Amino acid sequence: MNATISTEMVMLLAALLFVLGITGVIIRKNIIFMLLSVEIMLNASGLAFIVAGAKWAQPDGQIMFIFILAMAAAEVSIGLALILQIYHQHKSMDIDKLKEMNG
Amino acid sequence: MINNLLWLIPALPLMGFLVLSLAGKSLSKSAIAFIGAGSICLSAIITILIGINFLNHPPAEGFISQTLWTWIEVGNFKPEITFLIDPLSLVFVFVITFIGALIHIYSAGFMAGDKDYSRFFACMNLFVFSMLVLVLANNLLLLYLGWEGVGLCSYLLIGFWYENPQNGYAARKAFIMTRIGDTAMAIGLFMIFSQFGSLLIPEILAKAPQLFQQGDSIITIIALLLLAGGLGKSAQLPLQNWLPDAMAGPSPVSALIHAATMVTAGVYLIARMHVIFELSPIAQMIVAIIGAATLLIAGFSAITQYDIKRVLAYSTISQIGYMFLALGLGAWTSAIFHFMIHAFFKALLFLAAGAIIESLHHEHNMFKMGGLKNKMPLIFWTFLIGSASLAALPLVSAGFYSKDAILWYAWSSEKGNVFLWTIALLGAFITAAYTCRMMIVTFWGSSKTEISHLPGKLMTIPLLVLAFFSVLAGFIELPHNFGHLTLFSDFLNPVLPETRMGNESQPEWIFQLLAAAATFGGIYISYLFYFKKPALIANLKQSSWAIGLYQFLFSGWGFDLLYNALFVIPITYISNINKNDVVDQLYKGISFISFKLNKSLSYTQSGSLRWYAMGLLLGAIIILTIQILL
Repeated sequence: MNATISTEMVMLLAALLFVLGITGVIIRKNIIFMLLSVEIMLNASGLAFIVAGAKWAQPDGQIMFIFILAMAAAEVSIGLALILQIYHQHKSMDIDKLKEMNG
Repeated sequence: MINNLLWLIPALPLMGFLVLSLAGKSLSKSAIAFIGAGSICLSAIITILIGINFLNHPPAEGFISQTLWTWIEVGNFKPEITFLIDPLSLVFVFVITFIGALIHIYSAGFMAGDKDYSRFFACMNLFVFSMLVLVLANNLLLLYLGWEGVGLCSYLLIGFWYENPQNGYAARKAFIMTRIGDTAMAIGLFMIFSQFGSLLIPEILAKAPQLFQQGDSIITIIALLLLAGGLGKSAQLPLQNWLPDAMAGPSPVSALIHAATMVTAGVYLIARMHVIFELSPIAQMIVAIIGAATLLIAGFSAITQYDIKRVLAYSTISQIGYMFLALGLGAWTSAIFHFMIHAFFKALLFLAAGAIIESLHHEHNMFKMGGLKNKMPLIFWTFLIGSASLAALPLVSAGFYSKDAILWYAWSSEKGNVFLWTIALLGAFITAAYTCRMMIVTFWGSSKTEISHLPGKLMTIPLLVLAFFSVLAGFIELPHNFGHLTLFSDFLNPVLPETRMGNESQPEWIFQLLAAAATFGGIYISYLFYFKKPALIANLKQSSWAIGLYQFLFSGWGFDLLYNALFVIPITYISNINKNDVVDQLYKGISFISFKLNKSLSYTQSGSLRWYAMGLLLGAIIILTIQILL
């Protein structure tokens, strides 16, 4: 376990994942893919916490990751339920067709 | 002790008002009349008991006072709700409650057919309460509370029959015109407080001679401001022209408010503050001149009116002019004496006129009445007694004794002079003339309108009581040269100083003869024109100057036109220009900008989730950038 990976590299990976996720949220039209992208963003931030915890040799980072994991699970279940409802109502997964709340 | 019941005198009418205004709708008519008239009758009984007690055991300090609670306490400004009875306020309280009670009893009959029975009695009770607060107050702030209260009730009752827009107009006119005087009076009160550091009436009266020299400019200004308040309330020149229009209200209202009590509030105020007026000879001279001018102007207008209530309204203005004249001459007790006598006979005249109007299907025009002498004998005799008092018929009427005293002082007092005396004498002549004209036109001649019914007992008994007093009340104060009875002035002299005499070279009987001659002359002129030779009037109507003069006098010397041109038209013109209120533009601008901003920002509420996410991201980037850069 001597082959260490530098913190910077992992942080860069986390940032990359985060940007990928956010790009997905913005450019995807399908709601399911948007939800997936949100998951990627969550995991990116989780990775950042783990690395930070390892760097400072403190358990806080891992605890935070557990929290994020729990939150992500809850979020996915609610999000999927909502998506199911949206599909039932609108027969469509296209987010651009659901512009009912415009001012 | 009966004196401890003092607070009940104003409290009973207040309770009557509260009960009637809160529960009036659910009470039967007889219950309303019982509460409305009963509260005032109880007040009158308590007043009479306190008055008898006052006469039998005069309090050592000269007054009875009762403090209920402290109203406000700010620094050394500490007005209390304190009622004070001294001879002056006792006379006023007696007149207000006693005549008020009679008029309430009369109203129970007069207003019986009205649908707003409880509203009427509620307002009347509130009026009596306010008036009592006005005269019982021991400090000027409490007095001002009553002062404004009577103004409000006057407004409510003039506009009592509000369905007719004309009545609402009359009510607003009365309210606004008296408000002009009230504002001046409020400023006067501020000045008094800044000068004396107190609004307590006894304290002001005691301090004034120490603080000020005779004729100081500040005391003159204070006196003139108080006078302006009195002018508005008492309908004196130049604020007199609201009173004739105030006759739009029901007749009992005219009798109580616009003849017997409220309009004499100015007389009360000046008599109460007599020390201040004595310190300022100029202000006192102005009081006398205004009184003299008003009595003449109103007298001439009264001659030309055909509405019986307007004749009485102008005669009220004219008689209050006599009171102001007496105040200005320093004949304080004579002014108050004339106030009391006037309250009796003028209430009587208004109530009798109300009974006539009621019986003649609400006909106000005297020239359509006629021939009522035999049809309504009781009204005729009581009206005759009231008219005799108004015209100051020598020896037999109360009005003679009160008015003769004023005429005598106009000549003989220190401040009197030939000029004022001549005007007062001319006023007496005109008074007799228009009174006689009113009598002849109303009661003699041929009948022009059929009467529907005769007034009931509720209405006639108050008339009889008032007629009784209109004759007998005069005999408590007889002139110096015969009888020389001074019960009334002796009673008032602890509060009001005696008149300082200056010019007593001529014997008094000459002036009494002249006054009597003026009265008989006035009566004869009317008799000649309206009874013996009606052709004379027809002749007069041929000439254009007579018509012009008639029009001028009929319109009350054109004061309405003058004020319309000077104030009403410019103000309505300006308000017309400024319809889109200038000040409003700022606020309109603010609302316009927010509205525009809202419009443009609402485009961002597109409903597109991806745009929202973009917004979040951009915001996060901007905040991060700022954090990194700074």
